Amino acid sequence: MRKTPLHDAHLAAGARMVDFSGWEMPINYGSQIEEHNHVRNSAGMFDVSHMTVVDVQGDQARAFLSKLLANDVVKLQTPGKALYSCMLNEAGGVIDDMIAYFISENWFRLVVNAATRDKGLAWLERQGAAFSIAVTEHHELAVIAVQGPKARDKAQTLFSGSQLAAINELKPFTAYSDYDLFVARTGYTGEDGYEILMPAGEATDFWNRLQAEGVAPCGLGARDTLRLEAGMNLYGQDMDEDVTPLVSGLGWTVAMKDDRQFIGRQALEQQKREGIPQKLAGLVLEGRGVLRPGQTVVTEAGEGVTTSGGFSPTLQRAIALARIPVRAEGACDVEIRGKYLQARIVKPPFVRNGKPCDGIL
Amino acid sequence: MSEIPAELLYRESHEWVRDEGNGVLVVGISDHAQAALGDMVYIELPEPGMSYEQGDACAVVESVKAASDAYAPVTGEIIEVNGALEDAPELVNNDPYGDGWLFMVQMSIPDEMEGLLTPEAYADLQDD
Repeated sequence: MRKTPLHDAHLAAGARMVDFSGWEMPINYGSQIEEHNHVRNSAGMFDVSHMTVVDVQGDQARAFLSKLLANDVVKLQTPGKALYSCMLNEAGGVIDDMIAYFISENWFRLVVNAATRDKGLAWLERQGAAFSIAVTEHHELAVIAVQGPKARDKAQTLFSGSQLAAINELKPFTAYSDYDLFVARTGYTGEDGYEILMPAGEATDFWNRLQAEGVAPCGLGARDTLRLEAGMNLYGQDMDEDVTPLVSGLGWTVAMKDDRQFIGRQALEQQKREGIPQKLAGLVLEGRGVLRPGQTVVTEAGEGVTTSGGFSPTLQRAIALARIPVRAEGACDVEIRGKYLQARIVKPPFVRNGKPCDGIL
Repeated sequence: MSEIPAELLYRESHEWVRDEGNGVLVVGISDHAQAALGDMVYIELPEPGMSYEQGDACAVVESVKAASDAYAPVTGEIIEVNGALEDAPELVNNDPYGDGWLFMVQMSIPDEMEGLLTPEAYADLQDD
């Protein structure tokens, strides 16, 4: 199994390690719920060095990404600006989701999922062959996400001088880039914070200094419940190659107002013409029990299925994302081990900045 | 290394059993099981008065990670359940052999106790 540069630090902190797509990663360091709450109330950090960092460079970098991505890189005009996008196949199915960063006109950076690395890179190579670009994967970088209401204050103690000034001024969804240090004000928890890319050799020192500031190490378990509360999709669960962004709650990430011919556009136009059949909605279980992926959802408009689900530590209720008929609303029933339990259909996110969103509870 | 109290008996499916005398057994899940499952978020207990055969699934422990069945270690009738778990499922994590017990059963086939694992045998199982 592959190990990140922080592997020894995880073991020293008492992590329970699991296999995540061929990477040995921490699932928790004792209590997943305590880690979750630490991020909501203070600050936590995640080793996400398994994620794939890819640079696209060359004269046609923008033209290539304009064809490759369902969101439009025309929105990326200033250095450091970030854009969330899906990468689609010709049928409109989602090959991967990512954040694309603008570094300079000839240089964009993509951060894509670890689980989809091989097929994602293969697709980049294949579609990129017709363009004058170079695709470079950065194995030498480690990635630490620092998240929570106190994350920025605590993380800023790592920096000084002009670096600190620039990082302090970062707006949400922008990044600071200085040679091999890359700090983005992004995340996957619904809290403020940074995702920091640094040379592998510096990762342990970063990690230890953050821990000394009171930032709690958090595992992939807490990362999953945090992103679920934040209503953020997980690739492979909430969307994959068999579904389009339009039935995955990601219509807002598809830019098709002009006639830009990105891969998958025709399929999406056809789906729009025929009528979008489903939506990805939120569910809140009314009583006791736990929602899990793959449970049948019965609504007045027809059946659907949960794609992600779990117990929300912030809400103290079971929540889920579910793909259900587009007209479904109000109450529904979820089949949990042979019983039908009542749930309410809501619009994600469930939690933002530590608080339940309107209409969730 | 997980805790395996010497005065209890165990099942391969990670339940522990404490003999209270008069055929009454207290049942819970082992320290090893709670650690592997992670933080508990919901415990579904059997109804008192229900009868189960040895090996029947009779409770569900749901952690942040997954839902797992807990099995009746012997044939018998459920006579009491740990109602405190309804509001505090984390008791199973914090005190698996004490306040985190699941249910009490009045056994009807005492010979079935023979098939349970000694602490040593249960420890060997975890070493494999």
